[in-house]
Amino acid sequence: MYGFEAMTFNIHGGYLEAIVRGYRSGLLTAADYNNLCQCETLDDIKMHLSATEYGTYLQNEPSPLHTTTIVEKCTLKLVDEYKHMLTQATEPLSTFLEYITYGHMIDNVVLIVTGTLHERDVQELLEKCHPLGMFDSIATLAVAQNMRELYRLVLVDTPLAPYFSECITSEDLDDMNIEIMRNTLYKAYLEDFYRFCQKLGGATAELMSDLLAFEADRRAVNITINSIGTELTREDRRKLYSNFGLLYPYGHEELAICEDIDQVRGAMEKYPPYQSIFSKLSYGESQMLDKAFYEEEVKRLCLSFEQQFHYAVFFAYMRLREQEIRNLMWISECVAQNQKSRVHDSVVFIF
Amino acid sequence: MGEREGGCCPPMDLMRSEPMQLVQLIIPIESAHLAVSYLGDLGLIQFKDGYDFRGFGFMIWHKQTWAVDEDPCPSNRDQCLAVFSQLNAEKSPFQRTYAIQIKRSGEMARKLRFFRDQMSKAGVVAQVRSPGEAIANLDDLEVKLGDLEAELVEINANGEKLQRSYNELAEYKLVLLKAGEFFSSALSNAEARQREYSSNQGGEESLEIPLLSEQETTDSSKQVRLGFITGLVPREKSMAFERILFRATRGNVYLKQVAVDEPVVDPVSGDKVEKNVFAVFFSGERAKNKILKICEAFGANRYSFSEDVSKQSQLITEVSGRISELKTTIDAGLVHRGNLLQTIGEQFEQWNVLVRKEKAIYHTLNMLSMDVTKKCLVAEGWSPIFATKQIQDALHQATRDCNSQVEAIFQVLHTREMPPTYFRTNKFTTAFQEIVDAYGVAKYQEANPGVFTIVTFPFLFAVMFGDWGHGICLLLATLFFIVREKKLSSQHDITQLTVLDDCLNIRLYKSVIYKNCEASTIGLIKGRDTYPFGVDPAWHGSRSELPFLNSLKMKMSILLGVAQMNLGIILSYFNALFFKNSINTWFQFVPQMIFLNSLFGYLSLLIIVKWCTGSQADLYHVMIYMFLSPTDDLGENQLFPGQKTLQMVLLLLALVSVPWMLLPKPFLLKMQHERHQGEAYAPLPGTEESLQSAANHNDGHGNGHEEFEFSEVFVHQLIHTIEFVLGAVSNTASYLRLWALSLAHSELSVVFYEKVLLLAWGYNNIFILIIGIIIFICATVGVLLVMETLSAFLHALRLHWVEFQNKFYEGDGYKFYPFSFFVLDTEEE
Repeated sequence: MYGFEAMTFNIHGGYLEAIVRGYRSGLLTAADYNNLCQCETLDDIKMHLSATEYGTYLQNEPSPLHTTTIVEKCTLKLVDEYKHMLTQATEPLSTFLEYITYGHMIDNVVLIVTGTLHERDVQELLEKCHPLGMFDSIATLAVAQNMRELYRLVLVDTPLAPYFSECITSEDLDDMNIEIMRNTLYKAYLEDFYRFCQKLGGATAELMSDLLAFEADRRAVNITINSIGTELTREDRRKLYSNFGLLYPYGHEELAICEDIDQVRGAMEKYPPYQSIFSKLSYGESQMLDKAFYEEEVKRLCLSFEQQFHYAVFFAYMRLREQEIRNLMWISECVAQNQKSRVHDSVVFIF
Repeated sequence: MGEREGGCCPPMDLMRSEPMQLVQLIIPIESAHLAVSYLGDLGLIQFKDGYDFRGFGFMIWHKQTWAVDEDPCPSNRDQCLAVFSQLNAEKSPFQRTYAIQIKRSGEMARKLRFFRDQMSKAGVVAQVRSPGEAIANLDDLEVKLGDLEAELVEINANGEKLQRSYNELAEYKLVLLKAGEFFSSALSNAEARQREYSSNQGGEESLEIPLLSEQETTDSSKQVRLGFITGLVPREKSMAFERILFRATRGNVYLKQVAVDEPVVDPVSGDKVEKNVFAVFFSGERAKNKILKICEAFGANRYSFSEDVSKQSQLITEVSGRISELKTTIDAGLVHRGNLLQTIGEQFEQWNVLVRKEKAIYHTLNMLSMDVTKKCLVAEGWSPIFATKQIQDALHQATRDCNSQVEAIFQVLHTREMPPTYFRTNKFTTAFQEIVDAYGVAKYQEANPGVFTIVTFPFLFAVMFGDWGHGICLLLATLFFIVREKKLSSQHDITQLTVLDDCLNIRLYKSVIYKNCEASTIGLIKGRDTYPFGVDPAWHGSRSELPFLNSLKMKMSILLGVAQMNLGIILSYFNALFFKNSINTWFQFVPQMIFLNSLFGYLSLLIIVKWCTGSQADLYHVMIYMFLSPTDDLGENQLFPGQKTLQMVLLLLALVSVPWMLLPKPFLLKMQHERHQGEAYAPLPGTEESLQSAANHNDGHGNGHEEFEFSEVFVHQLIHTIEFVLGAVSNTASYLRLWALSLAHSELSVVFYEKVLLLAWGYNNIFILIIGIIIFICATVGVLLVMETLSAFLHALRLHWVEFQNKFYEGDGYKFYPFSFFVLDTEEE
């Protein structure tokens, strides 16, 4: 399956691969997290971060800090790095990089639509959107009343348009609808991304199919757990699972009929890679599942740096940074709310 | 020039780095701040981080051998990795004693950055060290900075508010004007049509006139009234805006846009944006809601507008009046702000320096460890021995100035740890020391190749560049840079480069004279009978010119190379002598010397003999058959009697010296190690210095004495031997680059001279001549002066780093970084 991509990879991708590996070495280490977890105030966190690569982004913030400022600035750094890479990238890497942001785009669309449904201010919603998933007419989403309008008005101009083919209905938007829309979009997105990576071939295809399969399986499990006890039928649930991944197709059959968490567990434990995740949890527990999945994901992402000459490092780096920002947000929240005992609950060490 | 401050340096200072000592300062807590500040002014002590050495900080001597001598990359040379393991990092940075002060000074630095930002936006220049009362106290400064910041922020906020309403009004005015135009033009259009219509009607009664037309025109008041919204939309979004409007209302909308010529200041962001004035006509309440939402989404500012012309003009005058009012208010605010910034600017530099110093001081204080009694701070650090008196003076001074009861204590500690390397250089020697340091910082007190580099580097450079005409050009260029040095000094790198160049060229000029010069290019010496220096110009143009010069230069390169390599090996002897390492003398220096000289020293000898006697002997033949069949007769290649015997002896010596290099040293080291194990007791510390810290040191560094692994030592020695033996051949060959580059240079200059200048001259046409001269000058400057200088520099660098320094230079030390305000000043700007 390996072609000779190693021979020519560096012509276009070498510089950016070096850049992304350099960025990766700036990720916070376990020692950093240990220090951060000991912080007493947000100023301490700022002081500690000033010694890291976040320093320049935080140094001009006046002293009473808020968690949101820290997260915002850290995200800004990620966005800056992403933009730098995107401007330097050539095809097909630039398309690959753009694919990475579609997930955020979907989340943003859902956020705005849900927000408008609950009559929130559009500006306030816009501030909450992830900057990587922004597109021109995003604010106009608030105008739309149903899926069809949503598509016809706004999304037809965005890269998300093709993913909409499955979920155009004239029903009015409600929470359930939106959630189904999100998952349908995500499913279409993941499948498209998967196909794109397969087309790229070589080490990229190999590593990315692994990472995306994990992502798809994780989503399948989450959909199952979240839809237990709702009016979502088995058939509908089955439709939301992506058509690839380790669980496809037999695992999906089993997940589709699950009625409680232990059945999910039973279905998942048949797959050796996920066995270890579930074996950490006690029966009936689903709280820690997210963290367990994140840990597994981080492990896989880190492993992708072990190979050279492929694009998965870009995906992995973006994901790792996002995880790091989640960690920082959690730590800052814990510090700000004096919940230091819980600080280790949700922090996933990257190195 | 470079020698300006040359007097301060005693001659042998550069050869060995400054003797250093590990000192311990015990400073009472009340005078600590002042003491550290004085030491920072002095800049001769490097503090060690107390929280690191308290723990398990120890040095690992990471010895990495590199077998391939052709690898000129210095990064993987032997390196000393200082590994400070953080096992008991019980105190993270923000838990140390002075963390709060550091935070405070960080906050002040932030305020200062804010001021600088504001000043540069307002175009106020900070004055450099203005007179006026200095604020020495940090607390006062903090209060003052806080006040100023609050004031500035308030002024800015007010200004912004005013500016915003001003911008809104300005936009409103634009809308009024432009939308007024729509309506009036629409009105006149309508009127014209009406007239046309009525004239038509009056003219002839036609059947084509609709019957209902009468009714239509009269019933205009009963018509469904169209609603409209006017406003401004950013131009780049206008297309999307139109599209979305169209989609959202299914085409039941009429949009008219007019571009505003000059960019408009957006009230929300305050940026200048190109905008369009638009007017949307629609019908129905639902459409209105949708359009309003879309306007909001596109950041289109809406302004109310009335159709009535008289009301319009009234609004315009009203708005204009308010605009002019606001303008004066804003101007007054700006003047006030400017004044404030001016006052800040007057003292900005001073504050900046103060804050930076304070921050550095507290960072240093944080590195000191607290005494058990919490009454004094214990500092450890390296300082050169000559600075002892100065440091003590600074401490006394601090104690006196603080009126402290207790003197600070200064004492010297004994340690096995390797001290940092510190050379006192001046402007001239720094450049050459940098060349050496770029390869690797000298081990403590190791013989410093920098000393010889000062002489040999420009010399080898000149050998390769070897053209005194071009040399003079370079000299003039550098002289220009040196004269302008003061002006250019803001650009740090350029200065360094020029200083480097300046040293190069002084030497260059001298050594150019030394060497044979290809003056032929310039043709200056042509036709003279006697020649003061350089090659006899009679050679120029003759058929045997190239073979003659090549043979001459090649041989010269070998002579220079052998001389420099010998110098390197001799330096290794001096190192062994200095570090009292007799094993290295007898089992490394002596066999190496013998090996090199019995082969290539002999070759040099042959060359000289050949030159002196004018013999026809073929030296290649001699050297090759010395190995292949040493017993054969030399025949016509014999240069002197007894040559065969000499060759046999030399060959035998060379053969013997290889195992001599290889075998004894590892075994002797092993014996030495075993002997050491017998006397396992550490010697008692001589003085009654603090036992505690001594104990600490022994704990920390006692295990710096590594396990002795015989196989490792042996393999290392094996690699070293192979490297030397092969290196002797390849390094000598490597010196031939001296010849190659100088050949390239002379041939290139001949080509440019003959094929461009002389060719152009031959046409007897003034234009061709001018073009020829321009090309010649460009080629000379671009290729011969710039590119050749770079390549000659590079090759000289390589010859020093690889061929010269690998004979003796360990280069695994670490640099002395004193805590110094001066360095701080130069670094941050």
